[in-house]
Amino acid sequence: MGDSILTYNGGCVLAMAGHNCVAIAADRRFGVQQTTIGTDTTRIFKINDRLMLGLTGLRTDVTTLYNRFVQRLNLYRLREEREIKPSSFSNMVASTLYSRRFSPYFVEPVVAGLTEKGEPYLCAQDLLGAPLFANDFVVSGTCAESLYGTSETFWKPDLSPAELFEVTSQSLLAAVDRDCLSGWGAVVHMITLDGIETRLLKARMD
Amino acid sequence: MGDSDYSFSLTTFSPSGKLVQIEYALNAVAAGATSLGIRAKNGVVIATEKRMPSILMESHTLEKISFLSDTTGMVYSGMGPDSRVLLRKARKFAQTYYQTYKEPMPVVQLVRETAFVMQEFTQSGGVRPFGVSLLIAGYDEQGPHLYQVDPSGSFFAWKASAIGKNMVNAKTFLEKRYSDDMEIEDAIHTAILTLKEGFEGQITEYNIEIGQVTDNQKFKVLTPLEVKDYLGEVE
Repeated sequence: MGDSILTYNGGCVLAMAGHNCVAIAADRRFGVQQTTIGTDTTRIFKINDRLMLGLTGLRTDVTTLYNRFVQRLNLYRLREEREIKPSSFSNMVASTLYSRRFSPYFVEPVVAGLTEKGEPYLCAQDLLGAPLFANDFVVSGTCAESLYGTSETFWKPDLSPAELFEVTSQSLLAAVDRDCLSGWGAVVHMITLDGIETRLLKARMD
Repeated sequence: MGDSDYSFSLTTFSPSGKLVQIEYALNAVAAGATSLGIRAKNGVVIATEKRMPSILMESHTLEKISFLSDTTGMVYSGMGPDSRVLLRKARKFAQTYYQTYKEPMPVVQLVRETAFVMQEFTQSGGVRPFGVSLLIAGYDEQGPHLYQVDPSGSFFAWKASAIGKNMVNAKTFLEKRYSDDMEIEDAIHTAILTLKEGFEGQITEYNIEIGQVTDNQKFKVLTPLEVKDYLGEVE
């Protein structure tokens, strides 16, 4: 079944924008092709109180890349004495991925955050760092096509945090339930100007 | 550098703890044409004398004030060729930063990287320190900045400063004239007056250069026509 290295471990991420808030959600499965070997994986990482990074794809590259970003961000914070902006971080991710143009990291990242003014910022990239900016939602992972479908159906502009949480959760679960390589639990993070709230969803464990 | 016979540093300590090569580099700076910078409330201005060795020289081909990026510029006092090496490196730092973060490089970061290069040349094999001091002016998210970088690699932020031949008198003049609520227009007038103080001969729009950056965050070098207008206002 391993037709692509990007589907080897499975998993997906969805991020959506609401009114002065963003939601970023992911499943929790870690598999080796058809075999599930973990149900508590983290694929969404906190960058700062207003910015989160979701990484799907080959698990080893997810871990390695995340550690690389932590290293670079710590240096950034020390030098610049401030937190990084979502757009700058997103560009840094893209540069890092492209620097491996001919021997890529097999990850497809999703950057979700709020600008200083509280406006949502969403960016998804392919494994070579080609960015896709959106005002509504961005997706990544083994069930990306399904996620596009469910998100397109449920999303509407200017959702409140509570509504956005509901829409994000339902879009994710509906897509993940039709993908054998994703699922086994789900987590949703809500980013608002007041901070980040994390919730685990009760999902089908199969 | 490791393979050559000069893999040891040529810049060595004197018994009194000084790096004599750096002292001499500062002498090279002090022999150069005066440059100065003033940080105003809403921008920064840098200015310099353009000392042409002969009237046969095309003055407009000598650019002492240069762009480091859209938001930052610099002027030097000392050896022109040395300044061009630093200019090249500084421009590359600014562009590399922009490529990585899609954000203009903060002025202090650019200054820091440039200063680091200058320090490297005081502690590497087979090289000598740079014979220039730089005044770097820029406007970023933190506001207007004016920095001086010396051959040793030390850098300082200034409200107003002068380097080069007439720096002592110029700094005294600036100390008297500077005020925290100066606007960019006042700063340009003050800069011209300060240059005038130590100027040999008649000051014209062809033998001085003025650069400025204001809150539009775009560095620009004033055209001779604009300089002429300011000179007229100052008379």
